[in-house]
Amino acid sequence: MTDPLLKIRGLKIGATIYPPGEKAREIEIVHGVDFDLAPGKVLGLIGESGAGKSTIGLASMAYGRGGVEITDGTVEVNGRDILKAPFRDVRRLRGGEVTYVSQSAAASFNPAKQIMEQVTEAAIFQNKFTKAQAEARAVDLFRKLGLPEPETIGNRYPHQVSGGQLQRCMTALALCPEPDLVVFDEPTTALDVTTQIDVLAAIKEAIRDTGVAALYITHDLAVVAQVSDHIMVLQQGAMVEYGTTDQIINDPQEDYTRALVSVRSIRHEEKQPTNTPVLRVENITARYSGLSFDVLKNINVELHPGQTLAVVGESGSGKSTLARVITGLLPPSAGRITFDGRTLTPDLATRPVEDLRELQMIYQMADTAMNPRQTVGTIIGRPLEFYFGLRGAEKQKRIQELLDEIELGDGFIDRYPAELSGGQKQRVCIARALAAKPKLIICDEVTSALDPLVADGILKLLLDLQKIEDVAYLFITHDLATVRAIADSIAVMYQGSVVRYGPKSQVLAPPFDDYTDLLLSSVPEMKLGWLEEVLRHRKMESAGH
Amino acid sequence: MHPIVTLVAQRVALGVLLLFAASILIFVGTSILPGDVAQSILGQSATPEALANLRAELGMDQPPLTRYFTWLGGVLQGDLGTALTNGRDIAESLGSRLGNTLFLAFWAAVVAVPLAIFLGLLAVRYKDRWPDRLISAVTLTTISIPEFMIGYVLIYWVSIQMGWFSSVAIINDSMSLGQKLNAIAIPVMVLTLVVLAHMMRMTRAAILNVMQSAYIETAELKGLGMLRIIRKHAFPNAIAPIVNVVMLNLAYLVVGVVVVEVVFAYPGMGQYLVDHVSKRDVPVVQACGLIFAAVYIGLNLVADLVSILTNPRLRHPK
Amino acid sequence: MGRRAGRLARQRYSADPPSFPKARRMRVPLAALIGLFFTSLFFLSAIFAPLIAPYGMAEVVGDVWEPPSDRFLLGTDSIGRDLLSRMIYGGQTTIFIATAATALSFVIGSVLGFFAAVSGGWIDQTLSRFVDLIMSIPTLIFALVVLSVMPTTIPILIVLMGLLDSTRVYRLARAVAVDITVMDYVEAARLRGEKIGWIIFRETLPNALSPLVAEMGLRFIFAVLFVSTLSFLGLGVQPPQADWGGIVKENKEGINYGIAAALYPAYAIAVLCISINLVADWVLNRTTSLKGGRG
Repeated sequence: MTDPLLKIRGLKIGATIYPPGEKAREIEIVHGVDFDLAPGKVLGLIGESGAGKSTIGLASMAYGRGGVEITDGTVEVNGRDILKAPFRDVRRLRGGEVTYVSQSAAASFNPAKQIMEQVTEAAIFQNKFTKAQAEARAVDLFRKLGLPEPETIGNRYPHQVSGGQLQRCMTALALCPEPDLVVFDEPTTALDVTTQIDVLAAIKEAIRDTGVAALYITHDLAVVAQVSDHIMVLQQGAMVEYGTTDQIINDPQEDYTRALVSVRSIRHEEKQPTNTPVLRVENITARYSGLSFDVLKNINVELHPGQTLAVVGESGSGKSTLARVITGLLPPSAGRITFDGRTLTPDLATRPVEDLRELQMIYQMADTAMNPRQTVGTIIGRPLEFYFGLRGAEKQKRIQELLDEIELGDGFIDRYPAELSGGQKQRVCIARALAAKPKLIICDEVTSALDPLVADGILKLLLDLQKIEDVAYLFITHDLATVRAIADSIAVMYQGSVVRYGPKSQVLAPPFDDYTDLLLSSVPEMKLGWLEEVLRHRKMESAGH
Repeated sequence: MHPIVTLVAQRVALGVLLLFAASILIFVGTSILPGDVAQSILGQSATPEALANLRAELGMDQPPLTRYFTWLGGVLQGDLGTALTNGRDIAESLGSRLGNTLFLAFWAAVVAVPLAIFLGLLAVRYKDRWPDRLISAVTLTTISIPEFMIGYVLIYWVSIQMGWFSSVAIINDSMSLGQKLNAIAIPVMVLTLVVLAHMMRMTRAAILNVMQSAYIETAELKGLGMLRIIRKHAFPNAIAPIVNVVMLNLAYLVVGVVVVEVVFAYPGMGQYLVDHVSKRDVPVVQACGLIFAAVYIGLNLVADLVSILTNPRLRHPK
Repeated sequence: MGRRAGRLARQRYSADPPSFPKARRMRVPLAALIGLFFTSLFFLSAIFAPLIAPYGMAEVVGDVWEPPSDRFLLGTDSIGRDLLSRMIYGGQTTIFIATAATALSFVIGSVLGFFAAVSGGWIDQTLSRFVDLIMSIPTLIFALVVLSVMPTTIPILIVLMGLLDSTRVYRLARAVAVDITVMDYVEAARLRGEKIGWIIFRETLPNALSPLVAEMGLRFIFAVLFVSTLSFLGLGVQPPQADWGGIVKENKEGINYGIAAALYPAYAIAVLCISINLVADWVLNRTTSLKGGRG
């Protein structure tokens, strides 16, 4: 048994919080965590937001962001307690022995400097390499990480490369000084799913080739399962479970871990289309004023009463624009939308109230979708008042019924949005939409800002409500797992066009078109060796062509 | 063509356009408003003939559009017209006064700009500790007192009670630089105090904004020292906002000069303007207003140009 | 270095607390109390000036520049009027003009600002470009230009200052309203079919109020400084009417003989402006924390 590279004992971390309008106060955000990391091994830290995983990662560099402070415990790197070490030694550690890859490379690169200078800076400053050596090593890393034009890409500025490329540059930056340990903090979370798989593969290969140890921090268990040897599950600053990747994925011991592993396991039987669709979108083409190209090109889809049409695509595919066209916020340049047998006018302003009532919308960010100065009662009550003229006790009764339907119960009617959790906020938005008794609800990425378990709860609720209220959903998402869970039919969008459309069973069954194949195969699966499998499969396919 | 050239050209063109619009505004402000210039100059007891004569002399019998273009044409050739009150050529009277005003503003800037940036850095370095709080308390006070009152407070305490420096700031060409500087010491102090507060606060905000960026954290996590982080990572990104702050406040200084000149009887353009406003000498007011507006617009233009020229996204397009 | 305490802490705080603690009753901080005390003192003495002032406003009661005594608490001015009475009446004039000008600038600025933000399009463009143009000339210079042809009466001063200052209010109100109108809850209201009245008064205005109230304090301070400056230059309030800027002008010669009469208005203005600053700061903090809370 070799000595651990990183040894953390009894780590407690506190933070100063500044609640608006109140006195600042101290809270503990990590409550005593222990673990070891052997040289060359990868440990995955996983948990939902607020679990303290990033804070623990940065503690291995003796760094606390903002008001965050390490209050107790020891952190040993290569046998030295870095919390007691003089600051000079800590500086030698940072950027030399331990390096960091952040979630947002775009923000973490200095916009005013060329990439090469920033990638090699630590290695040169820490006297690991001369300038020439460091640059040669950087080019080598650029090549390994699969960046285009590895010899010259370093001369570009950060804004001149794409998000996925910059994230790889950030990995090169971390690996350039030949560190013993790299802290990866959600390195692929901000990327599209088809980009994520490439960056993930590049990171994994780079870790293997350089023999560096790593802490891999993420909220996505399926991702971390591909790269780590061990996994530690964290919840609200405390360890829940620690084990080998195999054990955590295939034999979780704790309920919380089991819930994380089985997330998105909702099964939904596909319903058969009826004769009369509630929504028919025909030949819709649209562009934003000032743009020289169409954001939507000749879109044709149908949605049947009480069913769910999932519109799936990556950022820039036009899926949210489709929602804006259907709601009348962006009148299309061509095409027709039929809703419940009537043709909808293109512009919101000219639609009769009945059309507005029957077509509701739920947003991605529940935070900004509710007026912070209105209570839950006002937010849900307004559509009742506006569409049905309900007042007084009658209105209160109906509000309470709706609150019961979204499983919030008593005591919420007088709360303000700031007094709710993320999941509760989204539930209130659902209640507001239901209050109008709509025939169709457009759900725009309603679960993507939520933690997986909370998102699961919302999806289950939506499915239950669909049975009770017989409402149709147009479900816009980038997340294929969500699509599998709830859709009856699916439209895959790519660069403004629908590239594949039909009932779920057909869309998700081969033979695939190239894009759908790429998209489907890029979604991380909760099993060991998935990444290798996909890459091997892709290699074989491209060899076969 | 490099996109930055287009942007700069556009911004300069906008500046020129704005200056033209400002000249219209000044002209309209002085000639189409209900006040009758001739009446104001001659007073209520003026005879109708005298009024008519003066109106003709002022060109008031011409349509406003003609008068505007006559005036503008003159201005473009450097002819600012003649003063009503003493019949002198305005451009001639303005020449030396403009020089004096710029002299005063220049030395105020020389003192205020480095001091403000230094205090801004100091406040950032000791953010939320006592130096920061002290600086912000003092600057809050100076913001809350009008320029002329700071002037008299300083005259009273520094010049009269302690006997340092002179309480009037009259300079002429026969004085040496040292004598001139001694004469304008208190006005420079006043102007410094006036712009310092804003400049320092805005500098502090600009630097804090840069220091809170993720790339500064990246630099810290490379183990770099504080000085290197500031020199290599903070400074290149902070320069544009700081220059912006400085330019905006110099523009503010130009206005502060007007009042300070009156307080210290300083022979500059501000005093000249205020004098002739009371005398309702419209051509002088128009000329001075236009020059002040031009300086103000020019400094704002420089601030914008610096922002454009130092933006890496614009300098190195995709 | 790297202190992002505020931002991080706020993120954490709002991340997902199981249930948000009810906003507590706010304690009024000491600084705000001091500010409130002096602000009310000044406003009360302005309102009740004739009752408080020991002598009449333009009444000559003593010698020139008498030193402070039992009869004249602050001494007398350049022509032998009681300085304390002049200060009290002067405060009345100055505060009245500043209040009226601020009110005017807020009515014009915020109505046009909201209107521009909510309507957008060419209305917004035209109004905003025009405001840019007015702001391209320094306020004092613009005022001097206009005052060179207009009589300097109090109504004209109020209208002039109100109009010039409304450009600043316009910019703020428009910016705040634009920030709010892009929020999903405003879009949700539009999708519901709400009328423009509901969108402005129920969705936008309640969220725009706190920055506007804080700005009102700053605009008032600016108005006090501005009217004092104009009076000092002899282009504002005309004698024998007392006002703080004018008192400086009347007594400035005394400075050279070591007579501090001209300095009292400076102290008064400084105390008033600092007090209002303290109150405005508190209002801003208080109302932002009220966002969503129940104070």
